[in-house]
Amino acid sequence: MSADEFTRDLERAFPGDPGDLRRLRARLAEAAQRDGILDVAYRTVDSPVGPLLLAATEAGLVRVAYASEDHTAVLQALAERISPRILAAPARLDAPARELDEYFAGLRRSFDLPLDWRLSAGFRRAVLSHLPEIGYGQTASYAAVAGLAGNPKAIRAAATACATNPLPVVVPCHRVIYSDGRVGRYLGGPEAKRTLLTLEAAA
Amino acid sequence: MTGKQPFDAVVAQHGAAVLRVCRAVLGPADADDAWSETFLSAMRAYPDLPEGANVEAWLVTIAHRKAIDVTRATARRPVPMAETPDDAPAPAADSAGDALDGDLAGAVARLPAKQKQAVAYHYLAGLPYAEIAAIVGGSPDTVRRAAADGIATLRRTYQETKHERRGP
Repeated sequence: MSADEFTRDLERAFPGDPGDLRRLRARLAEAAQRDGILDVAYRTVDSPVGPLLLAATEAGLVRVAYASEDHTAVLQALAERISPRILAAPARLDAPARELDEYFAGLRRSFDLPLDWRLSAGFRRAVLSHLPEIGYGQTASYAAVAGLAGNPKAIRAAATACATNPLPVVVPCHRVIYSDGRVGRYLGGPEAKRTLLTLEAAA
Repeated sequence: MTGKQPFDAVVAQHGAAVLRVCRAVLGPADADDAWSETFLSAMRAYPDLPEGANVEAWLVTIAHRKAIDVTRATARRPVPMAETPDDAPAPAADSAGDALDGDLAGAVARLPAKQKQAVAYHYLAGLPYAEIAAIVGGSPDTVRRAAADGIATLRRTYQETKHERRGP
Protein backbone atom coordinates (compact mmCIF):
# COMPACT_ATOMS: atom_id res chain seq x y z
CA MET A 1 0.00 0.00 0.00
CA SER A 2 1.68 3.26 -1.13
CA ALA A 3 1.53 6.46 0.91
CA ASP A 4 -0.80 8.02 -1.66
CA GLU A 5 -3.11 5.04 -1.63
CA PHE A 6 -3.08 5.09 2.17
CA THR A 7 -3.97 8.79 2.20
CA ARG A 8 -6.85 8.13 -0.21
CA ASP A 9 -8.13 5.33 2.01
CA LEU A 10 -7.89 7.61 5.06
CA GLU A 11 -9.78 10.37 3.23
CA ARG A 12 -12.51 7.88 2.37
CA ALA A 13 -12.68 6.75 5.99
CA PHE A 14 -12.88 10.36 7.27
CA PRO A 15 -14.81 12.27 4.62
CA GLY A 16 -14.98 16.05 4.37
CA ASP A 17 -17.98 16.03 2.07
CA PRO A 18 -19.57 19.19 0.63
CA GLY A 19 -23.00 18.56 2.17
CA ASP A 20 -21.60 18.33 5.69
CA LEU A 21 -19.43 21.38 5.10
CA ARG A 22 -22.40 23.45 3.88
CA ARG A 23 -24.29 22.56 7.04
CA LEU A 24 -21.27 23.32 9.26
CA ARG A 25 -20.59 26.63 7.51
CA ALA A 26 -24.21 27.74 8.01
CA ARG A 27 -23.89 26.81 11.67
CA LEU A 28 -20.61 28.75 11.92
CA ALA A 29 -22.23 31.86 10.42
CA GLU A 30 -25.05 31.68 13.00
CA ALA A 31 -22.58 31.25 15.87
CA ALA A 32 -20.37 34.09 14.61
CA GLN A 33 -23.42 36.37 14.34
CA ARG A 34 -24.52 35.40 17.84
CA ASP A 35 -21.03 36.05 19.26
CA GLY A 36 -20.74 39.43 17.55
CA ILE A 37 -17.66 38.52 15.50
CA LEU A 38 -19.31 38.49 12.07
CA ASP A 39 -17.95 41.86 10.91
CA VAL A 40 -19.13 41.47 7.31
CA ALA A 41 -21.89 39.13 6.09
CA TYR A 42 -22.49 38.58 2.40
CA ARG A 43 -24.69 36.80 -0.06
CA THR A 44 -25.33 36.87 -3.80
CA VAL A 45 -28.72 37.52 -5.41
CA ASP A 46 -29.82 37.12 -9.02
CA SER A 47 -31.18 40.17 -10.82
CA PRO A 48 -31.98 41.41 -14.34
CA VAL A 49 -28.56 43.10 -14.28
CA GLY A 50 -26.76 39.90 -13.34
CA PRO A 51 -25.71 38.45 -9.99
CA LEU A 52 -25.28 41.11 -7.31
CA LEU A 53 -23.07 40.70 -4.28
CA LEU A 54 -24.63 42.17 -1.12
CA ALA A 55 -22.47 42.79 1.94
CA ALA A 56 -23.54 44.17 5.31
CA THR A 57 -21.86 45.11 8.58
CA GLU A 58 -23.72 45.27 11.88
CA ALA A 59 -24.53 48.88 10.94
CA GLY A 60 -26.19 48.12 7.64
CA LEU A 61 -25.73 47.42 3.95
CA VAL A 62 -22.16 48.44 3.10
CA ARG A 63 -21.61 47.19 -0.46
CA VAL A 64 -23.56 46.17 -3.55
CA ALA A 65 -21.34 44.85 -6.33
CA TYR A 66 -21.87 43.87 -9.94
CA ALA A 67 -20.32 40.69 -11.33
CA SER A 68 -18.18 42.87 -13.61
CA GLU A 69 -16.42 44.17 -10.50
CA ASP A 70 -15.32 40.56 -9.66
CA HIS A 71 -17.02 39.50 -6.45
CA THR A 72 -13.89 37.76 -5.16
CA ALA A 73 -11.90 40.98 -5.59
CA VAL A 74 -14.68 42.97 -3.89
CA LEU A 75 -14.66 40.63 -0.87
CA GLN A 76 -10.87 40.89 -0.70
CA ALA A 77 -11.16 44.70 -0.71
CA LEU A 78 -13.76 44.51 2.08
CA ALA A 79 -11.39 42.27 4.08
CA GLU A 80 -8.69 44.91 3.80
CA ARG A 81 -10.85 48.02 4.32
CA ILE A 82 -13.29 46.79 6.97
CA SER A 83 -12.34 43.43 8.48
CA PRO A 84 -11.28 39.96 7.26
CA ARG A 85 -13.96 38.41 9.48
CA ILE A 86 -16.25 37.85 6.53
CA LEU A 87 -18.65 34.94 6.01
CA ALA A 88 -21.40 34.03 3.61
CA ALA A 89 -24.35 34.59 5.94
CA PRO A 90 -27.63 35.09 4.11
CA ALA A 91 -29.74 35.97 7.15
CA ARG A 92 -28.31 39.47 7.61
CA LEU A 93 -29.03 40.24 3.95
CA ASP A 94 -32.67 39.08 4.00
CA ALA A 95 -34.16 42.58 3.99
CA PRO A 96 -31.89 44.01 1.25
CA ALA A 97 -32.46 40.91 -0.90
CA ARG A 98 -36.23 41.21 -0.50
CA GLU A 99 -36.29 44.94 -1.29
CA LEU A 100 -34.10 44.44 -4.36
CA ASP A 101 -36.45 41.67 -5.56
CA GLU A 102 -39.39 44.03 -5.16
CA TYR A 103 -37.50 46.82 -6.93
CA PHE A 104 -36.63 44.65 -9.93
CA ALA A 105 -40.25 43.43 -10.05
CA GLY A 106 -41.34 47.09 -10.36
CA LEU A 107 -43.08 46.94 -6.99
CA ARG A 108 -40.71 49.17 -5.01
CA ARG A 109 -39.75 52.76 -5.78
CA SER A 110 -37.40 53.51 -2.89
CA PHE A 111 -35.29 51.52 -0.45
CA ASP A 112 -35.87 51.51 3.26
CA LEU A 113 -32.67 49.95 4.58
CA PRO A 114 -30.00 50.85 7.12
CA LEU A 115 -26.89 51.83 5.13
CA ASP A 116 -23.28 51.77 6.28
CA TRP A 117 -21.56 54.64 4.44
CA ARG A 118 -18.05 53.93 5.66
CA LEU A 119 -16.68 53.15 2.18
CA SER A 120 -17.20 56.67 0.94
CA ALA A 121 -16.09 59.94 2.47
CA GLY A 122 -15.91 63.68 1.93
CA PHE A 123 -17.46 65.23 -1.15
CA ARG A 124 -18.16 61.82 -2.72
CA ARG A 125 -20.20 60.85 0.29
CA ALA A 126 -22.02 64.17 0.19
CA VAL A 127 -22.91 63.55 -3.45
CA LEU A 128 -24.11 60.01 -2.81
CA SER A 129 -26.19 60.98 0.20
CA HIS A 130 -28.21 63.35 -1.99
CA LEU A 131 -28.92 60.82 -4.77
CA PRO A 132 -32.08 59.40 -3.16
CA GLU A 133 -33.60 62.87 -3.69
CA ILE A 134 -33.73 62.09 -7.42
CA GLY A 135 -37.10 60.40 -7.66
CA TYR A 136 -37.82 56.98 -9.11
CA GLY A 137 -38.02 57.16 -12.90
CA GLN A 138 -36.36 60.62 -12.95
CA THR A 139 -32.86 61.58 -14.02
CA ALA A 140 -30.56 64.42 -13.03
CA SER A 141 -27.39 65.81 -14.57
CA TYR A 142 -23.96 65.54 -12.96
CA ALA A 143 -24.02 69.35 -12.65
CA ALA A 144 -27.32 69.27 -10.77
CA VAL A 145 -26.00 66.58 -8.42
CA ALA A 146 -22.82 68.60 -7.80
CA GLY A 147 -25.10 71.47 -6.87
CA LEU A 148 -27.15 69.31 -4.48
CA ALA A 149 -23.90 68.41 -2.72
CA GLY A 150 -23.07 72.12 -2.36
CA ASN A 151 -20.53 72.66 -5.14
CA PRO A 152 -22.18 73.16 -8.57
CA LYS A 153 -18.79 73.52 -10.28
CA ALA A 154 -17.49 70.13 -9.10
CA ILE A 155 -19.02 68.23 -12.00
CA ARG A 156 -16.07 65.91 -12.54
CA ALA A 157 -15.92 65.09 -8.82
CA ALA A 158 -19.66 64.39 -8.83
CA ALA A 159 -19.21 62.05 -11.79
CA THR A 160 -16.39 60.23 -9.98
CA ALA A 161 -18.56 59.91 -6.86
CA CYS A 162 -21.30 58.28 -8.93
CA ALA A 163 -18.87 56.02 -10.77
CA THR A 164 -17.42 54.72 -7.49
CA ASN A 165 -20.69 54.37 -5.58
CA PRO A 166 -20.25 51.44 -3.16
CA LEU A 167 -24.02 50.94 -3.03
CA PRO A 168 -25.26 50.96 -6.65
CA VAL A 169 -28.97 50.34 -7.34
CA VAL A 170 -29.88 51.07 -3.70
CA VAL A 171 -28.24 54.51 -3.85
CA PRO A 172 -29.49 55.50 -7.31
CA CYS A 173 -26.39 56.77 -9.11
CA HIS A 174 -27.91 55.25 -12.26
CA ARG A 175 -30.30 58.23 -12.31
CA VAL A 176 -27.42 60.64 -12.92
CA ILE A 177 -26.61 61.18 -16.62
CA TYR A 178 -24.95 63.83 -18.79
CA SER A 179 -27.13 66.75 -19.77
CA ASP A 180 -26.65 65.77 -23.44
CA GLY A 181 -28.24 62.37 -22.74
CA ARG A 182 -25.12 60.19 -22.58
CA VAL A 183 -25.51 57.75 -19.69
CA GLY A 184 -21.94 58.10 -18.40
CA ARG A 185 -19.75 55.72 -16.45
CA TYR A 186 -21.35 53.04 -14.31
CA LEU A 187 -19.91 50.30 -12.12
CA GLY A 188 -22.12 47.70 -13.76
CA GLY A 189 -21.43 49.00 -17.27
CA PRO A 190 -23.62 51.30 -19.39
CA GLU A 191 -25.92 48.42 -20.36
CA ALA A 192 -26.89 47.82 -16.72
CA LYS A 193 -27.50 51.54 -16.27
CA ARG A 194 -29.84 51.61 -19.28
CA THR A 195 -31.64 48.50 -17.99
CA LEU A 196 -32.38 50.21 -14.66
CA LEU A 197 -33.53 53.44 -16.32
CA THR A 198 -35.80 51.47 -18.68
CA LEU A 199 -37.19 49.46 -15.76
CA GLU A 200 -38.03 52.64 -13.85
CA ALA A 201 -39.53 54.35 -16.91
CA ALA A 202 -41.84 51.36 -17.50
CA ALA A 203 -43.09 50.80 -13.95
CA MET B 1 -2.58 38.87 -3.27
CA THR B 2 -1.85 41.50 -0.68
CA GLY B 3 -3.56 41.58 2.68
CA LYS B 4 -5.43 38.93 4.56
CA GLN B 5 -8.08 37.04 2.65
CA PRO B 6 -11.71 36.91 3.83
CA PHE B 7 -12.22 34.30 6.55
CA ASP B 8 -14.83 32.70 4.31
CA ALA B 9 -12.03 31.76 1.90
CA VAL B 10 -10.07 30.20 4.78
CA VAL B 11 -13.10 28.04 5.63
CA ALA B 12 -13.51 27.09 1.97
CA GLN B 13 -9.86 26.10 1.61
CA HIS B 14 -9.32 24.28 4.90
CA GLY B 15 -12.79 23.28 6.09
CA ALA B 16 -12.65 19.78 4.60
CA ALA B 17 -9.18 18.95 5.94
CA VAL B 18 -10.09 20.15 9.44
CA LEU B 19 -13.30 18.09 9.35
CA ARG B 20 -11.31 14.98 8.35
CA VAL B 21 -8.85 15.61 11.18
CA CYS B 22 -11.65 16.10 13.73
CA ARG B 23 -13.33 12.90 12.54
CA ALA B 24 -10.08 10.93 12.72
CA VAL B 25 -9.02 12.22 16.13
CA LEU B 26 -12.42 12.29 17.86
CA GLY B 27 -14.71 10.01 15.87
CA PRO B 28 -17.89 11.07 14.09
CA ALA B 29 -19.97 11.88 17.18
CA ASP B 30 -17.85 14.78 18.44
CA ALA B 31 -16.30 15.94 15.15
CA ASP B 32 -19.01 18.48 14.24
CA ASP B 33 -18.74 20.29 17.57
CA ALA B 34 -14.95 20.31 17.42
CA TRP B 35 -15.02 21.68 13.84
CA SER B 36 -17.45 24.43 14.84
CA GLU B 37 -15.49 25.38 17.95
CA THR B 38 -12.27 25.39 15.96
CA PHE B 39 -13.48 27.76 13.26
CA LEU B 40 -15.33 30.02 15.70
CA SER B 41 -12.15 30.41 17.79
CA ALA B 42 -10.07 30.87 14.65
CA MET B 43 -12.41 33.55 13.33
CA ARG B 44 -12.23 35.43 16.63
CA ALA B 45 -8.41 35.45 16.48
CA TYR B 46 -8.08 35.81 12.71
CA PRO B 47 -7.42 39.58 12.58
CA ASP B 48 -4.37 39.05 14.82
CA LEU B 49 -2.92 36.14 12.82
CA PRO B 50 0.39 37.33 11.33
CA GLU B 51 0.36 37.58 7.56
CA GLY B 52 2.21 34.75 5.90
CA ALA B 53 1.45 32.37 8.79
CA ASN B 54 0.80 28.72 7.91
CA VAL B 55 -3.00 28.80 8.14
CA GLU B 56 -3.48 25.04 7.99
CA ALA B 57 -1.01 24.47 10.86
CA TRP B 58 -2.70 27.25 12.84
CA LEU B 59 -6.13 25.66 12.35
CA VAL B 60 -4.87 22.18 13.28
CA THR B 61 -3.30 23.69 16.43
CA ILE B 62 -6.69 25.09 17.43
CA ALA B 63 -8.47 21.84 16.47
CA HIS B 64 -5.96 19.89 18.55
CA ARG B 65 -6.79 21.98 21.64
CA LYS B 66 -10.51 21.68 20.99
CA ALA B 67 -10.17 17.92 20.63
CA ILE B 68 -8.43 17.78 24.00
CA ASP B 69 -11.29 19.82 25.51
CA VAL B 70 -13.88 17.51 23.98
CA THR B 71 -12.01 14.40 25.12
CA ARG B 72 -11.76 15.78 28.64
CA ALA B 73 -15.44 16.65 28.68
CA THR B 74 -16.53 13.20 27.51
CA ALA B 75 -14.08 11.15 29.55
CA ARG B 76 -15.48 9.65 32.75
CA ARG B 77 -12.38 10.66 34.62
CA PRO B 78 -10.81 13.89 33.48
CA VAL B 79 -7.46 12.51 32.29
CA PRO B 80 -5.69 15.17 30.19
CA MET B 81 -4.86 13.77 26.76
CA ALA B 82 -1.36 15.22 26.91
CA GLU B 83 -0.54 12.97 29.88
CA THR B 84 -1.73 9.80 28.18
CA PRO B 85 1.33 7.55 27.73
CA ASP B 86 2.24 7.03 24.10
CA ASP B 87 1.79 3.31 24.31
CA ALA B 88 -1.52 3.35 26.18
CA PRO B 89 -4.50 2.18 24.17
CA ALA B 90 -7.19 4.72 23.37
CA PRO B 91 -10.09 4.79 25.84
CA ALA B 92 -12.64 2.05 25.24
CA ALA B 93 -15.37 4.70 25.08
CA ASP B 94 -13.80 6.09 21.91
CA SER B 95 -16.79 6.53 19.67
CA ALA B 96 -15.73 5.41 16.21
CA GLY B 97 -14.60 1.98 17.29
CA ASP B 98 -17.82 0.10 17.91
CA ALA B 99 -19.91 1.17 14.95
CA LEU B 100 -17.16 0.88 12.38
CA ASP B 101 -15.42 -2.16 13.79
CA GLY B 102 -13.04 -3.79 11.32
CA ASP B 103 -12.65 -0.90 8.87
CA LEU B 104 -10.01 1.79 8.68
CA ALA B 105 -11.97 4.33 10.72
CA GLY B 106 -12.30 1.79 13.50
CA ALA B 107 -8.64 0.86 13.29
CA VAL B 108 -7.65 4.55 13.56
CA ALA B 109 -10.02 5.03 16.51
CA ARG B 110 -8.23 2.25 18.38
CA LEU B 111 -4.77 3.78 17.94
CA PRO B 112 -3.11 5.42 20.96
CA ALA B 113 -3.75 9.17 21.02
CA LYS B 114 -0.24 10.27 19.96
CA GLN B 115 -0.18 7.88 17.01
CA LYS B 116 -3.68 8.88 15.97
CA GLN B 117 -2.75 12.57 16.06
CA ALA B 118 0.49 12.02 14.15
CA VAL B 119 -1.30 10.03 11.44
CA ALA B 120 -4.23 12.49 11.16
CA TYR B 121 -2.13 15.66 11.15
CA HIS B 122 0.42 14.27 8.70
CA TYR B 123 -1.73 12.28 6.28
CA LEU B 124 -5.02 14.19 6.45
CA ALA B 125 -3.84 17.76 7.13
CA GLY B 126 -0.58 17.32 5.21
CA LEU B 127 1.56 18.90 7.94
CA PRO B 128 5.30 18.13 8.15
CA TYR B 129 6.49 16.32 11.29
CA ALA B 130 8.22 19.46 12.62
CA GLU B 131 4.91 21.38 12.54
CA ILE B 132 3.13 18.49 14.25
CA ALA B 133 5.80 18.34 16.95
CA ALA B 134 5.20 22.02 17.67
CA ILE B 135 1.49 21.25 18.10
CA VAL B 136 1.56 18.03 20.13
CA GLY B 137 4.91 18.44 21.88
CA GLY B 138 8.02 16.28 21.57
CA SER B 139 10.54 16.22 18.76
CA PRO B 140 9.92 15.77 15.03
CA ASP B 141 11.55 12.34 15.32
CA THR B 142 9.16 11.26 18.07
CA VAL B 143 6.25 12.34 15.93
CA ARG B 144 7.68 10.56 12.89
CA ARG B 145 8.02 7.37 14.93
CA ALA B 146 4.48 7.71 16.30
CA ALA B 147 3.15 8.08 12.76
CA ALA B 148 5.20 5.09 11.57
CA ASP B 149 4.00 2.94 14.46
CA GLY B 150 0.42 4.02 13.78
CA ILE B 151 0.71 3.19 10.10
CA ALA B 152 2.24 -0.19 10.91
CA THR B 153 -0.67 -1.03 13.19
CA LEU B 154 -3.19 0.16 10.62
CA ARG B 155 -1.55 -1.96 7.93
CA ARG B 156 -1.70 -5.03 10.16
CA THR B 157 -5.31 -4.67 11.20
CA TYR B 158 -6.95 -2.82 8.34
CA GLN B 159 -5.02 -4.30 5.41
CA GLU B 160 -6.00 -7.81 6.49
CA THR B 161 -9.64 -6.84 6.60
CA LYS B 162 -9.35 -5.07 3.26
CA HIS B 163 -7.88 -8.14 1.58
CA GLU B 164 -10.45 -10.44 3.16
CA ARG B 165 -13.21 -8.22 1.80
CA ARG B 166 -11.73 -8.30 -1.66
CA GLY B 167 -11.96 -12.11 -1.58
CA PRO B 168 -14.93 -14.09 -2.93
